[in-house]
Amino acid sequence: MLLQQVVNGLTLGAVYTLVALGFSLVMGILGVLNLAIAELFMIGGYVGLTLVLADYPLPVAVLAAAGVAAVLGVVVEKVAYQPLRRAPPIAPLLSTLGCSVILQTVAVNIWGSDPLQLPPDLLDMRFDLGQASIGLAQVVIIAVAVLLVAILALLVQRSSVGQALRAIAENRDVARLLGVNAGRLTSAAFAISGALAGIAGVLIGLHYAAITPYVGVETGLKAIAVMVIGGTTSIWGVLLAGPLVGLVEVFSVVHGGAAFRDFAVYGLMILVLLLRPQGLLGGRAAGAQRV
Amino acid sequence: MSGPLLELRGATKRFGGITALNEVSLTVPRGGIVGVIGPNGAGKTTLFNLITGAYDLTSGEILFEGRSVAGLRPHRIARLGLARTFQNIRLFPSMTVREHLLVGQRGGGLRLADLLPSGGAARVGRAELAMRRFGLEAHRDRLAATLPYGLQRKVEMARAWTAAPKLLLLDEPVAGMNHDEAQDLAVLLRALRGEGLSILLIEHDMPFVMGLCDHLHVLDFGVPIAEGAPEAVRANPVVLDAYLGAPA
Amino acid sequence: MSAYTAGLLAEIGIGGIAALGVYVILATGQLSLGNAAFMAIGAYAAGWLTVTHDVGLTAAVLAGALLSGIVGVLVGFPALRLRGIYLAMATLGFGEMTRSFFLFFEPLGGAAGFSGMRQLQVSTIWIWLGIVLGVLVLLARSRLWLTLRAVNDDEVAANLIGLHATALKVGAFGMGAAISGISGALFAHWHLFIEPGNFGFERSTELVMAVILGGSTVAAGPVLGAGLLVLLPETLRFVADWRLAAFGALLILVLLVRRQGLLDRNLLRALTFRRRGAEARPEAAEVS
Repeated sequence: MLLQQVVNGLTLGAVYTLVALGFSLVMGILGVLNLAIAELFMIGGYVGLTLVLADYPLPVAVLAAAGVAAVLGVVVEKVAYQPLRRAPPIAPLLSTLGCSVILQTVAVNIWGSDPLQLPPDLLDMRFDLGQASIGLAQVVIIAVAVLLVAILALLVQRSSVGQALRAIAENRDVARLLGVNAGRLTSAAFAISGALAGIAGVLIGLHYAAITPYVGVETGLKAIAVMVIGGTTSIWGVLLAGPLVGLVEVFSVVHGGAAFRDFAVYGLMILVLLLRPQGLLGGRAAGAQRV
Repeated sequence: MSGPLLELRGATKRFGGITALNEVSLTVPRGGIVGVIGPNGAGKTTLFNLITGAYDLTSGEILFEGRSVAGLRPHRIARLGLARTFQNIRLFPSMTVREHLLVGQRGGGLRLADLLPSGGAARVGRAELAMRRFGLEAHRDRLAATLPYGLQRKVEMARAWTAAPKLLLLDEPVAGMNHDEAQDLAVLLRALRGEGLSILLIEHDMPFVMGLCDHLHVLDFGVPIAEGAPEAVRANPVVLDAYLGAPA
Repeated sequence: MSAYTAGLLAEIGIGGIAALGVYVILATGQLSLGNAAFMAIGAYAAGWLTVTHDVGLTAAVLAGALLSGIVGVLVGFPALRLRGIYLAMATLGFGEMTRSFFLFFEPLGGAAGFSGMRQLQVSTIWIWLGIVLGVLVLLARSRLWLTLRAVNDDEVAANLIGLHATALKVGAFGMGAAISGISGALFAHWHLFIEPGNFGFERSTELVMAVILGGSTVAAGPVLGAGLLVLLPETLRFVADWRLAAFGALLILVLLVRRQGLLDRNLLRALTFRRRGAEARPEAAEVS
């Protein structure tokens, strides 16, 4: 029973981690909260599930979702971020909110407001773990999440793009002096964060075997909580906080009922903001002071 | 009360390993005009930030009317009767000249008058007076931040003056002003001093400082190297070497 | 008045008041993405008072506003450590926390919602709107409002000229919370049934959109924004399915080309007080 909860919590946590990494990438590098990521997550889910329903193999569906969400991420950047990059950071937050509303309406108009459901027999194989069992869907979700995190870590650590991104995150002005092409990298950050969210959307679709136009807000807000708890500029913090929030959620449902779930998660988020605004693993206390 | 208005005893400020200000002691007597000079990076603005509470002291003491202000938050210090201007002008971007002169007046907590239009007749009167004294009447309804540089400095000074301070801290008051404007300002500051206001100022413009101040302090890389009457400082070989040595 | 018209007017009034709550908080530069929570507190508190304690409507609305304002101050205090986006995220978390609190707080109905209120008149809602708007319009001319603007413009400079920026920010937060609480109390007595879902993140963002669209520098702006939010969908019925997208686009457009929102001081003067403005100008010229 306990082990089963842990498995379920980690599955959910894997999805949160990916979306939170998407938020964190843009937040850490540009200091902007891109609310549209929540809806890119939802759109990714729809694209992926639509393809799965059309009998395309899962990897194709995942890649397509990543591609669509990445492109939309760049569109959001061009429309909502670029023109406002010199404005106070609240302005792009609000313009990405506008993008969210648009994206959600688009999804409702294309796919309708009823849930898009996967056939129940898809990925329903279960593996026995002694006292618990893990579904094939959960295995896929956790495996994809781990793989993506590894790729992202490699990208950030090793590639020139990653190095430039880190340089910008450290100090935007210095990076500019070093001749880092901030414009192209900004687009890259939006694209990568979109792709992460899009893939996470497919995964949540597999998890619930369904997707609705409203899943973006729900999961997106949770992912923001994960980012804050982990530390907005710390990838490692997000990797810790994602599973943590997944577990908190699962166990608070067990002990306090379904309604208590969100209270526990957002309570934890506020606690962290007040006691440790730089997040659990965030290094710079100044993070909270950034205006 | 008879002691000095402002007294610094060994005021020191370190940022990490860098000592921005080392053992600075100075006094501003009531009704005095004291100047602080020194090359760029000498720690002059740091000094103001310490006095106004924007930075915390590393060691030493700052007494205002005999009372230590160390650890007091900036708005508390301001309310004791200390008003400043900024080297990099800090006006409120959304406000007109007149609004600056209303908002700058000393509050000391919420008063009923603050709920009246413009804060009540007394405040409106003081704002009008400030506009006359600082020659800002023609620009009253302009956004202050859109005015020419020299006028922006005057708005800052007028804003500080409306707070009815005992001590006025001026950070490079004549930067960006031409000779005539600087002379006008010196006349005005002397008049204000005549009304009992004390002034501590930082300035680069030597003729302006020499003509206005009763007493000068010279800083070099955060270290006080000389002080005295303007003539004495001008003749001091240490000062000539460190600062005035450059052909003036 | 048809029920349909009454419904629209009630929505505008309720939305307008709640948006004014966001406006007051934003006046000090703080963006709240959680004001629906203050509506919820006002709604549940006032509803509980009228239903179970037979308290009169006016007293219940005031009590709801007071409770909401107190919670606002309590939230505003710790939130002082946070700025900009971090504050916005904290208010977002607070909003979700409050919503889920009412979801499991069974004494007030929990997930099943709360009902039993007696319906008020639309005119009552508009009287409250008139009072709140009137107070804020008067306040906008006061020195107190200037001090709030100073904090918004440059908090460091505001402190250094002797303004207690902390107190002003917390005060604005409490006042904005109280105003949104009034709106929630009226909401409860108009809809007669409330549930936590009424006060979620979408509601909070709607309020922010109303302020940004209508105008964030004058009190009439948020009310105009709330009006647009209610009326535009009605007039855009031919594009019914896309009307929300239209709002999103409008929001972005406003942010790009007119960040202060549709209404600002100049436009308002041109629309309403043209004569007085014309008189004031030569007066100013005369002095110069």
